[in-house]
Amino acid sequence: MSYTLDEMMTVAAARQLKDGAVCFVGIGLPSAACVLASRTHAPNLVLIYESGTVETAPEVLPLSIGDGELAATATSVVPLPEIFSHYLQGGRIDVGFLGAAQIDRFGNLNSTVIGPYDAPKTRLPGAGGAPEIATHAKEILIVMRMTKRGFVDSLAFRTSSGHLAGNGERKAKAYPGHGPQALVTDFGILRPDPESDELVLTELFEGVSAADAVAACGWPLRVVDSPTRVVPPSDTELETLRALNARTKAAHAAKVTLSLN
Amino acid sequence: MALMSLPEAIRLHVKDGMSVALEGFTHLIPFAAGHEIIRQGIRGLHLIRMTPDLIYDQMIGAGVADRLTFSWGGNPGVGSLHRLRDAVENGWPVKLETFEHSHGEMAAAYTAGAARLPFAVMKGHSDNDLAAHQSGRTTKMDCPFTGAPVTAVRAVNPDVTILHAQKADRAGNVLIEGIVGAVKEAAFAAGKVIATVEQVVDDLGAEKNAVILPHFLVSAVACVPGGAYPSYAMGHYDRDNSFYIAWDDIARDRDGFTGWIADHVTGVADHRTFLEKLGVVA
Repeated sequence: MSYTLDEMMTVAAARQLKDGAVCFVGIGLPSAACVLASRTHAPNLVLIYESGTVETAPEVLPLSIGDGELAATATSVVPLPEIFSHYLQGGRIDVGFLGAAQIDRFGNLNSTVIGPYDAPKTRLPGAGGAPEIATHAKEILIVMRMTKRGFVDSLAFRTSSGHLAGNGERKAKAYPGHGPQALVTDFGILRPDPESDELVLTELFEGVSAADAVAACGWPLRVVDSPTRVVPPSDTELETLRALNARTKAAHAAKVTLSLN
Repeated sequence: MALMSLPEAIRLHVKDGMSVALEGFTHLIPFAAGHEIIRQGIRGLHLIRMTPDLIYDQMIGAGVADRLTFSWGGNPGVGSLHRLRDAVENGWPVKLETFEHSHGEMAAAYTAGAARLPFAVMKGHSDNDLAAHQSGRTTKMDCPFTGAPVTAVRAVNPDVTILHAQKADRAGNVLIEGIVGAVKEAAFAAGKVIATVEQVVDDLGAEKNAVILPHFLVSAVACVPGGAYPSYAMGHYDRDNSFYIAWDDIARDRDGFTGWIADHVTGVADHRTFLEKLGVVA
């Protein structure tokens, strides 16, 4: 089956998730990847959303972090402060899944502002739970489409900590979690260099060259000597993803009516 | 507790310049109460909410607030809150001063507020750029017992917390089912609590560990069926995701937004009329 690079990106992100992992999920691409993983190779993946829905199994992707679908299919729903204190800060989350407007080569993220904080050019939504996820989840997985505006030499604002300035700074500061371990883009996958912590291109999608990726990245992207090729999406992966997206589109357009007394 | 109409509850308890938290995390957002605040022309509020959502986009665009405490200000899964951005970036219609946190900090600040503690404690020192803009609200410190790094987050205690719930009984006990967010903490942290509910019943029929706000915490209860729409009330109606998607265009420019508020909020008598105007009442 033919596929788009966006589909390849979501499939590649899903494949990073090990069966049985406890995963803290955000909306959008992270949700698509997590639900796809749980419906293909990782049926025991535990999905937790910051709205307090624990071990949820949505039939359609949520538009918001607290859609009714998440609560209705969850094993339990807990108060939001507990999600941040007991679950996240308490070290119960294996994988935190993040995206952002900007990322730098050490996986630090900006989702706050472009331009000066007090007179912003663009006011972005802000931190949400990202700083705590970035700090406390045992590892971080990031999904972002690669653009020059998004993959920058220097962040306008650091909202969430990745590997900080690299060269082991995160480890030296005794962060509870190990930080970004994979950055899945629409060209391929970047992973931290074991010494410098810099995110380097290690795996390429079919039909994409390392030169394409270097040209799309806003920082001088390093590429390992022989990047491996990512296996294209299987028919099962593609069919599962497309069916999920189709159900989601229909659900989000559905007319809501209220029966009032 | 007193059972009263929503306009009475707002008139009695919400005054110009107060700090007001309309809480409810995606679920049970008190839209009807927010619209009534707009209708009554209240000004100078310090709005507090983890996720400002469409309700604060509407209230900020309508000019009721000049301060905002928050932790994530987007239209979930859709994009920007255009009115919030216009107020922050261009000062329209009122320059909005922001007091920004992460979700973890906001949850901790409400939890401390509920316990009447001066501050909450979080593990570690953050290395983000937000800390530099949180003077007087967060500070790095060492654990007094182990010396480990911790961060103190100042408590948040709104003058008034407003929430929507499924049910209240006639004594004013309020039952919240489903996603509860930080509503319970925001209510205990507040000086006054106003609850709008889908229905008032003789018996809540709740399990013993259900989330119930006790009648002695709640200042006013108003029965407003559909009061969380276009957010949702589990067991009553779903979130209208198509409205959240449509809001992106409605709020994009000032004139379109102002016209929408005039037609749907200030130009209608109450929430029931608003729902009928949108054609969502079965």
